[in-house]
Amino acid sequence: MKSSIAWSKEPPGVEDPKSGNIEGYNYAYLDEQTKRMIRRTILKAIAIPGHQIPFASREMPLPYGWGTGGIQITASLIGPEDVLKVIDQGSDDTTNAVSIRAFFSKTAGVRTTIRTEEASIIQTRHRIPETPLREGQILVFQVPIPEPLRFMEPRQLECDAIHALADYGIAYVKLYEDIARYGRIAATFDYPVIVENRYIMSPSPIPKFDNPKMDRMPAIQLFGAGREKRIYAVPPYTRVKSLDFEDYPFQVEKWEQNCAICGASDTYLDEIITDDKGNRIFVCSDTDACEKSKKKRKRLDPLIK
Amino acid sequence: MENWGDDPAIVLYCKNLARRFGSGTAFEEVSFAVRRGEVLGIVGESGAGKSTLLNCLSGRLIPSHGVVYYQKNGTIKNLYGIGERERRRLLRTEIGVVVQNPREGLRLNISAGGNISEKLMAEGIRNYGTLRRTALEWLERVEIDKSRIDDKPSTFSGGMLQRLQIARNLVTKPKLLFLDEPTAGLDVSVQARLLDLLRRLVQQLRLSVIMVSHDLAVARVLSHRLFVMKEGKIVESGLTDQILDDPRHPYTQLLVACRLQP
Repeated sequence: MKSSIAWSKEPPGVEDPKSGNIEGYNYAYLDEQTKRMIRRTILKAIAIPGHQIPFASREMPLPYGWGTGGIQITASLIGPEDVLKVIDQGSDDTTNAVSIRAFFSKTAGVRTTIRTEEASIIQTRHRIPETPLREGQILVFQVPIPEPLRFMEPRQLECDAIHALADYGIAYVKLYEDIARYGRIAATFDYPVIVENRYIMSPSPIPKFDNPKMDRMPAIQLFGAGREKRIYAVPPYTRVKSLDFEDYPFQVEKWEQNCAICGASDTYLDEIITDDKGNRIFVCSDTDACEKSKKKRKRLDPLIK
Repeated sequence: MENWGDDPAIVLYCKNLARRFGSGTAFEEVSFAVRRGEVLGIVGESGAGKSTLLNCLSGRLIPSHGVVYYQKNGTIKNLYGIGERERRRLLRTEIGVVVQNPREGLRLNISAGGNISEKLMAEGIRNYGTLRRTALEWLERVEIDKSRIDDKPSTFSGGMLQRLQIARNLVTKPKLLFLDEPTAGLDVSVQARLLDLLRRLVQQLRLSVIMVSHDLAVARVLSHRLFVMKEGKIVESGLTDQILDDPRHPYTQLLVACRLQP
């Protein structure tokens, strides 16, 4: 038994931070029974693409809304050989991304990366990386509200019946309302999709710009909602179609500007206010892709700063 | 009545229908058929089981006993014998339900146009232009100003809400319409206009109607046939005029005698 003074000097019970062996904790934080339960849920979710599977979500050492669902999926999948990338709004260096990376390098001893192509597991909030994913990679989404019909139909029982019977008229009411009011489908994020022509699914709050990337993606896409206790999945090469009307087809955002850092014209851009005089720039939200395209541009034209 | 399927004019047929709640009985031993274009009124005091009967007939409450059949394009469907997917489809396309409180029958946070279009979208229409055109057409038919199409029902008056509910229900061209106290809470001039509209729609679309009301005047204006319910039983049935002018059952006599004369 260590004294309280010893506790305050070193982190509690860390034996070897590289190995992922922390005294009193299991590998990757969750106990093996829980991991098995989550893996079973994931298998079920992959077997029924787009269908929400309930699971016994655990309390995690971070608040709801910060990725408790995603982190449980990652924890139940991760092994010592994995390479983990975590992004938040496309960026590798935001608080949430940094702390979740640190969490897994400490508890699972895994190597982390910011390079999309190097990662075997990518946990994400609000974006799909610009770099196309390949077979063997797993994309883990953090989901706040897994029920795509939630704001149209508040009764869970009725939502379940609608999904079970694929009786999806109500999902289109929102689109109708948008066009009636704004002249276009105004949803820009968490834009509902229909998976393999069967289940309507919330893609988590990614911008609709990323929706086409989900269609027939070679990587596995897993979605975890910790507070709502639901896991769902899109297996590789599954058809994912965004909802729309025949005469108002689905469209992604476009920008007049190019990225101010790398000059890319085909990426999702964030608007950044640079001073209090109204000046602003547009930059790539995916920091890894931006860095890469900047290097490539420099190779082609060394005079660029 | 057993070979009722031979009669293509019959839209709905129920037999020995009953609903119990615990040891209490909401209604029992109800059997009747409704033909195309026929308006059936059900009158009786509060608590007589009128609304529960209507719920059982319209697929919203499972009866404790008995069967409900619908005839759809020549085939007979047992409402509580078919799967839920088929039942939902049948209820959406074959019947409409106008409830007493329009706030329960409408989506208040969705525009009038969205409310009218919902059933069409559920039926697979994915063309905004078509939905919009149909919604405008139905607003006109139920005498709501077309410019109100994008307004939310929360800004509508009571009479308009009822008319909107009617449009929302009739948009899929059902054969049978259920009305649960359609004029309750409306002032008499609005009542008259609504009844006028209903009567016209019934004629134009050859609609069958089952209407629950405790207002004998409303029943007299609309219905061809009348059922009088008391304590869960149909105590008297027949042609509306016949029942109201020559009531046989003591309760019907009381009901007719109690009518206010302006």
